[in-house]
Amino acid sequence: MKALVAIKRVLDYSIQVRVKPDQTDVDLAGSKMSINPFDEVAIEEALRLKEAGIVSEIVTVTIGASVAQDVLRHALAMGVDRVTLLETDTAPDSLGVAKLLAALVKDEQPGLILLGKQAIDDDAAQAGAMLSALLGWPQASAASKIVIADGKALVTREIDGGTQTVQLTLPAVITADLRLNDPRFVKLPNLMMAKKKPINTVAADSLGVPFAARQQQVRVSEPAQRPAGVLVKSVAELVAALKAKGALQ
Amino acid sequence: MSTLLLADHDGHQLKKATLQAITAAQAFNTPVDVLVLGSDTAAVAAQAASIAGVARVIAVSAPHLAHVLPEDATAIILDQLNAGYTTVITAHTTLGKDTLPRVAALRDVGMASDVIRIHARGQYERPIYAGNAIATIHSDEALQVLTIRATSYAAAAAGNSAEIISRSAPAAQTGSLWLADDHKISDRPELATAPVVVSGGRCLGERFDEVLAPLAAKLGAALGATRAAVDAGLAPNEIQVGQTGTIVAPELYIAAGISGAAQHLGGMKDSKVIVAINTDPDAPIFKVADIGIVADLFDVVPELTRQLG
Repeated sequence: MKALVAIKRVLDYSIQVRVKPDQTDVDLAGSKMSINPFDEVAIEEALRLKEAGIVSEIVTVTIGASVAQDVLRHALAMGVDRVTLLETDTAPDSLGVAKLLAALVKDEQPGLILLGKQAIDDDAAQAGAMLSALLGWPQASAASKIVIADGKALVTREIDGGTQTVQLTLPAVITADLRLNDPRFVKLPNLMMAKKKPINTVAADSLGVPFAARQQQVRVSEPAQRPAGVLVKSVAELVAALKAKGALQ
Repeated sequence: MSTLLLADHDGHQLKKATLQAITAAQAFNTPVDVLVLGSDTAAVAAQAASIAGVARVIAVSAPHLAHVLPEDATAIILDQLNAGYTTVITAHTTLGKDTLPRVAALRDVGMASDVIRIHARGQYERPIYAGNAIATIHSDEALQVLTIRATSYAAAAAGNSAEIISRSAPAAQTGSLWLADDHKISDRPELATAPVVVSGGRCLGERFDEVLAPLAAKLGAALGATRAAVDAGLAPNEIQVGQTGTIVAPELYIAAGISGAAQHLGGMKDSKVIVAINTDPDAPIFKVADIGIVADLFDVVPELTRQLG
C-alpha cells in the first residue's frame, strides 16, 4: 500500500511571529522556516508503517513556491521514497489544498493519506477533513494511535475530554496529533544524500483545479496587549491582590 | 436568510460551547435553527428549544447517531441546507472542527475556523500563529461556514419555547465505525468552561497532582497542564492547555511552574486574571500575568491553599 503524506512549510515553531507595521500580513522575511510539526509526525508514522511492512512506498507532497523544496528535502532525509512539489506562487487556502491533493490522489492512488491535524501558521485545521470529503473517503482527525490490518485502520483519536477509537475502511484520510509519535532526528549524512535526490515538480496550475484562496485577508493585527501586571512578594500579598481584582469568591 | 447551528451535546444536555455558539450566531441577525443529532434527542432538543435566540430546533434521531461521526453529521447538514440556509455555524469543538470543513468542501465554499469576533456577515476576526496575531478575513461566499471560539462569547440563557421539528436521518455511512470513547472520569469542572483553572508545568514532576489538586479543590477549579507536563506523563493529554490542546479563558488562571511558551500562551492568554508562580523572573509567563510571584511553587501553592481556607 502506498502512503501519501502532505506537508506544509511554516514559520519555525520556536520563532515569535511579527506583524508588519502596515498590518497587511505577518512578516516572514528572513525568518527560519520549517516543516509544520504535525506534518513531521505524519511522516514519522508513515515511516513506521513502512518499517512494519504495511506501507510499501511513501510519497510526500507539499504545495508552494520553489523555496518549499527545503521541507521536501527534510522529508527525504527522514526516509520517504519520493517527493512532489506542487509549485505555485499563489498561496492556496485549505479548500484549495484539498482540491490540489485530491487531484494528485487520482494519479497516485494511495491507500492511505496522512496529514498533520493543523498547520501552526493559519491554525485552520480544515485541509484533512476537506480532502476526505472531496474523495468520499473516511476520516479520523487528531490520531494518537494507528493500527492497520485487513484493509482497516483502527485509529485512537484525541477528542474533547478523552480519546475515541474508530475503525476506518481503507483508503482513508488520517490527521496526526502530536501524541502519535516522536519524529526521528534527521542525520547529517541523510540530509546530504537527500540533496542529491530528485524533486518531482509539477505546476499546480496544470492540475486543472481552481485553488486561489476564497477569503481575503483584510488585516492582520497584534492581539490586544494585557496591561502590565504586578509582582507580589508573599502569598499574603497574592491573596490580597486576588481579592482586590475580585478573582476570589 | 437563516442560520443552521450544529449542537454539540453529551446525550443529556447541550455543551456550554453550543450555548456560546448560539450567542455568536445572533450576529447574523437571521433566525437560528439548532440541529440536534443523537440516538434519542428528546431531552437535548427540549433544552435547545428553551434557549433564548433559537428560532426552531431540528431534531434528528437514529440509532447510528448515538456517537455522531463527521461523515454522518455532514450528510444530515447537507440535507438540511436544501431548506435554504445561508449560514452554518458551530463551536470549534471536536464535532465542529471535524464536520464543518466537510460541509464547506462539499458545497465548494471557503470556511472560517475558530472565529473570535463576527463584525458582519462574511467579516470575521480569528487568531493565527497560536494567537500571536489576529487576522480579519472577508468572505463573499453565498453560504457562510464558520466555527467560533466558544470562550469569546457568553452563553445564551434560557427563556424561550421554540418549535421542535423531527426529521429522519439519511442511512448511516459505512466507511467509518465508532468503537469506543474513553472519557476520563473527573469530579472537577470541565477544563474548557471552568471558571477557574489551576495549571502546572513539567517541573512539578511526580508531585503534579499532590501539589495542585488541593488548590484546585479549594477553588472549584479544573486542572490544566503544559504540553511538556503531558509528554512527561505527569498529566493526561485531555488537560493540556495550548494551541494544540484546549483553549481556555476562565475568570482566573493560575500558572504554577509554567515558563509560558508561545504554544501555551496561545491557549490561555484571554483569561481574565492570570497568576504566575515561577522561580525564573525572566519567564515569559510574567509578561501576560496580572499578578506574579517569583518563588518556588512547592512553597507557594500549599501556602496559598492554606490561606484560602
